[in-house]
Amino acid sequence: MVIFSVYVVNKAGGLIYQYDNYVPRAEAEKTFSYPLDFVLKHHDEKVVVSFGQRDGIRVGHAVLSINGVDVLGKNTGDGKDTLEYLKDPANYPVSIRFGRARLSSNEKLMLASMFHSLFAIGSQLSPDVGSSGIEMLETDVFKLHCFQTLTGIKFIVLADPRQSGIDALLRKIYEIYSDFALKNPFYSLEMPIRCELFDQNLKGALEIAEKAGNFGAGS
Amino acid sequence: MTVHNLYIFDRNGSCLFYNEWNRKKQAGISKEEEFKLMYGMLFSIRSFVSKMSPLDMKEGFLSFQTSKYRLHYYETPSGLRFVMNTDLSVPTARDTLQSIYSNLYVECVVKNPVCVLGLSLDSQLFSSRLDAFIRGLPFYSPRAA
Repeated sequence: MVIFSVYVVNKAGGLIYQYDNYVPRAEAEKTFSYPLDFVLKHHDEKVVVSFGQRDGIRVGHAVLSINGVDVLGKNTGDGKDTLEYLKDPANYPVSIRFGRARLSSNEKLMLASMFHSLFAIGSQLSPDVGSSGIEMLETDVFKLHCFQTLTGIKFIVLADPRQSGIDALLRKIYEIYSDFALKNPFYSLEMPIRCELFDQNLKGALEIAEKAGNFGAGS
Repeated sequence: MTVHNLYIFDRNGSCLFYNEWNRKKQAGISKEEEFKLMYGMLFSIRSFVSKMSPLDMKEGFLSFQTSKYRLHYYETPSGLRFVMNTDLSVPTARDTLQSIYSNLYVECVVKNPVCVLGLSLDSQLFSSRLDAFIRGLPFYSPRAA
């Protein structure tokens, strides 16, 4: 059971803290001959697989490195366009490493503000009176838990669907935030949290939650 | 235990069918606007979830819950989306949504040559059978809610 990451969003939808606790490695490296077995395309400054799945390489995976050299966005290590490079039969055989693309800090900011509005729409479309926003969002590989404080700060935890005890963890993170971010004289409200004690205590709380909340019936 | 309402969207985002059983609060906007808002929210959740996910997903988004209701989501490979809102005591309604698709939608709409696919469903057979199906669900009892 694992906790994947923690996000703290201020009341305007800005991301003020993010921590990746556990990032699973799902990468596959393989040597290919010409032509490639699958279709690649440009997407968000990355080269991703758009069709064809085999040997652990899945649709949506991005090209991470070619012949052991990491790619830079949609260009190869030496500045050539990756798609053009892979179109040239003279460059084959070629060894390509694929994996899920890491979120850039800009993307994290965008996702946090996206969740901020989804939260509000979730409460507006409620069929029942007095509903809060999204408190838990479930997919087959993770569950997102969100706790909004009375002051509008949202604490978001991404965890394994079977991890229990997340509600207690969210309140613990709120407590850590009040103790170590708000009481820090160098911290200005609504701004990104850069407090060492907050980091340390948060990591401690995540460790405890991971150990305690094993195989629960879901929180 | 109760069922609040049900939306069916096609892959282009138009609302094919909507019905409500025990809805206590309206969104305060016209139904047309509400369908667009609902579809927009689902579309964003899909993209949000696919970026946020630390691993590759199979089913993707399944449901979310607030303090008052739970939204269950089922999407077919052809892009048809079934959305049902229930109260929090219903743990999962995925099988229900799937059987609405396979036993009611396919039987009464796809197999009906008069129903034009992609337009709002006005088949009376479909709506009456769906209504009977929902009212027969074990978790349908507006009294208790």
